[in-house]
Amino acid sequence: MKTLDALKQGDRARIVEISGDDAVAVRLMEMGLIEGEEIEHLGAAPLGDPVEFLIRGYRLSLRIAEARRVQVQ
Amino acid sequence: MAVVTPPAKPLTAVLIGNPNTGKSTLFSALSGFHALTGNFPGVTVEKKIGRMKCGDSTVDLVDLPGTYSLAPRTLDEMVAVNVLLGRQADVGTPDVVICIVDASNIERNLYLVSQVLDLALPVVVVLNMADVAAGHGIKIDEHALSQRLGLPVLKTEAHRRRGIEPLREMIVNAAATRPASRPSVFPLVFTAECEKLNEWLTQRGHTDTPPYLLERLLLDVGGYVESHLMQHDLKSYLADARHRLAEQGCKVPAAEARLRYAWVKQVLDGVVVKPVSRAATFSDKVDSYLTHRYVGMLFFVVLMFAMFQAIYTWAKPLMDLCKEAQAWVADSVGGLLPLGMVHSLVVDGVIAGMGAVLIFLPQIVILFLFIALLEDCGYMARAAFLVDRLMTKVGLSGKSFVPLMSSFACAVPGIMATRVIENRRDRMTTILVAPLMSCSARQPVYFLLATAFFPATAYLGGWIELPSIVMFAMTFLGAAVAVPIAWLLKNTWFKGETPPFVMELPSYKWPSPRVVFSRVYDRSKAFVVRAGTLILATSVLVWWAGYFPGDHSRVDALELEIEKLSGTAADDVQQSARLAQLTHEQNVLRSELLEHSLLGRFGKTIEPIVKPLGWDWRIGVATVASFPAREVIIGTLGTIYSLGEGVEAEDKSLTEEIQDATWPDGRKVYNIPVAVSIMVFFALCAQCASTLMVIRRETNSWLYAAFTFVYMTTLAYLGALAAYQIGIRLN
Repeated sequence: MKTLDALKQGDRARIVEISGDDAVAVRLMEMGLIEGEEIEHLGAAPLGDPVEFLIRGYRLSLRIAEARRVQVQ
Repeated sequence: MAVVTPPAKPLTAVLIGNPNTGKSTLFSALSGFHALTGNFPGVTVEKKIGRMKCGDSTVDLVDLPGTYSLAPRTLDEMVAVNVLLGRQADVGTPDVVICIVDASNIERNLYLVSQVLDLALPVVVVLNMADVAAGHGIKIDEHALSQRLGLPVLKTEAHRRRGIEPLREMIVNAAATRPASRPSVFPLVFTAECEKLNEWLTQRGHTDTPPYLLERLLLDVGGYVESHLMQHDLKSYLADARHRLAEQGCKVPAAEARLRYAWVKQVLDGVVVKPVSRAATFSDKVDSYLTHRYVGMLFFVVLMFAMFQAIYTWAKPLMDLCKEAQAWVADSVGGLLPLGMVHSLVVDGVIAGMGAVLIFLPQIVILFLFIALLEDCGYMARAAFLVDRLMTKVGLSGKSFVPLMSSFACAVPGIMATRVIENRRDRMTTILVAPLMSCSARQPVYFLLATAFFPATAYLGGWIELPSIVMFAMTFLGAAVAVPIAWLLKNTWFKGETPPFVMELPSYKWPSPRVVFSRVYDRSKAFVVRAGTLILATSVLVWWAGYFPGDHSRVDALELEIEKLSGTAADDVQQSARLAQLTHEQNVLRSELLEHSLLGRFGKTIEPIVKPLGWDWRIGVATVASFPAREVIIGTLGTIYSLGEGVEAEDKSLTEEIQDATWPDGRKVYNIPVAVSIMVFFALCAQCASTLMVIRRETNSWLYAAFTFVYMTTLAYLGALAAYQIGIRLN
């Protein structure tokens, strides 16, 4: 299964699942990353990490390690 | 006969919302500038209470910190829940909750509203930034939304003060209503599990657990409520309960987000109309430059440099003004008092102490002006985004960058700026290493010693001279040491799972002057009032140790004679010679008095301790006396070397005096290793009462202030020891 960090700039994908039930997973879900939701890669920070995404009409910054927790298709 | 009704008890309204919703703007629009700020007891959460009037009613407005969710993992996060449940003793039981929602981002914002509704309190929903939403082409039918939610809903534009008056009325009216009972977003299996848990707890003596906390117990795996309810078999009970829920298709914690967002979708269906494709707004265009790989980074570096330069250069004339004002006050007040102990206490203790506090004000005001502007316009999140990668190397996050950077000018505003870091462990680590950044008060020490002992050998065709290189190296020594210290702290004391850096990048907007002003005002006031009193006490203590015991009558008599002589008009050679002689005699007396004072005796006692650093008792005394404020060392050295007070680092005679100072056996006291040893000590030591007081205030605990003092002083001693011992072996 592909994870969110594999997206390239401009790519869109649909969220399938968030793995784990720790603080990071809970925070991701609270921010609206729920199965079925569409997410778009907007661009990375100058040093490659974190990455900016568009979800539910707002801009969200995620570290690559966090993006790896999100399975997409 | 008129009927006199007793004034009603003020109502309590709690303001809650996501970050970047314009909550502070709304708070100040509702309550004006008169807010009480402080900390909630025992935690680092800011408590802000304002008061508003509406008709005959008075409402106390409690502003909770911006949050995305009410699922507490730490004590700090628990405060908001306790306030809402009426369990926080220092604020009243809430009569009404005001949920502020960013209208342009309503979907995610309603998640928190859904949690607040579970608390069964009267709620008012405020759709703020209605203009931004309209700009995005988002249409919201507020009446339909109000009906769907069964709650009063109002559109506002807080920064233009639109909708504020109707909101006031709405708040007061809502406080008089009872909350409507509403169906839970959770399935029956979950509510049944909540009831079962309540019975189980009641049997074990935990009666009256609020329903919201029962929910949290089941939902938050390893959450605050679960870890702090004293019941030994609770963990295994909850594990079983969660297992039962999962078997029936309600797997926690994932179920909560899924169910609440499903509820949000249902509420908004047909109420909000969004454009099919999101048009690129002005904010998006700006952002494409500001987060660009090269352009964005360049802008960031230039901005940080400009901010740093402003704190440095704009503050300078204001600080000089403070100094002049202090001298003027000292002269005018001193002129009214007869010379003697009281005169010295007032001028050298109290006024000098107040000066030591006020001298920081220009830097605090300028830095907070910058920070408040950057925060309010939405750039601060981008700054954290840009440098996060660098900061993760030491275990911190991008949010620590600006506070640490600011500490290069002055650690006091730098530490106060750590409030943007919501993770407690990251914030504490940042606070503890911030005083290692080389602040502007260290520069005079570097300047004095670097120019006195390093030859002005030029490099790179005269562009750089050796003393400048030494000063540069000293300035970055602290930052270099901070890297392993931060790493160590993050891996020992503040060890824990990496906090999420899941962060919203809000739309840019024009900063609100009211919010900027009140933020700068609050922090400046907090510093002067809270930190000021203790700094003053420390200054008076050092004055006392330097004054007693000793007979100062001869010094005072000389002072009178000097004043009389310099006051007369006659200006001949004989008189100026006499004046010089008297001044010299007074300075020698002063240094003798200091030598025999408690402080001087203390210096002699600690000479064996400072000798391995290459220091004599004079340097020891000057260093000890400069613990309240490191820049004091120049003045103290001046007194010790009989130059009188008011010496400046650029002063030629002080440079010469220290170059000529000798040990009793005639060897020179100062040489390059000694100079380096002193500079290293000053680079690493916590010689600043203001910083320690601010740490105590910001962390709400003496422990962190004491720890900073101990670790930095130890580090400074060891660093100075290494510098000297290696230095003399190389020399």
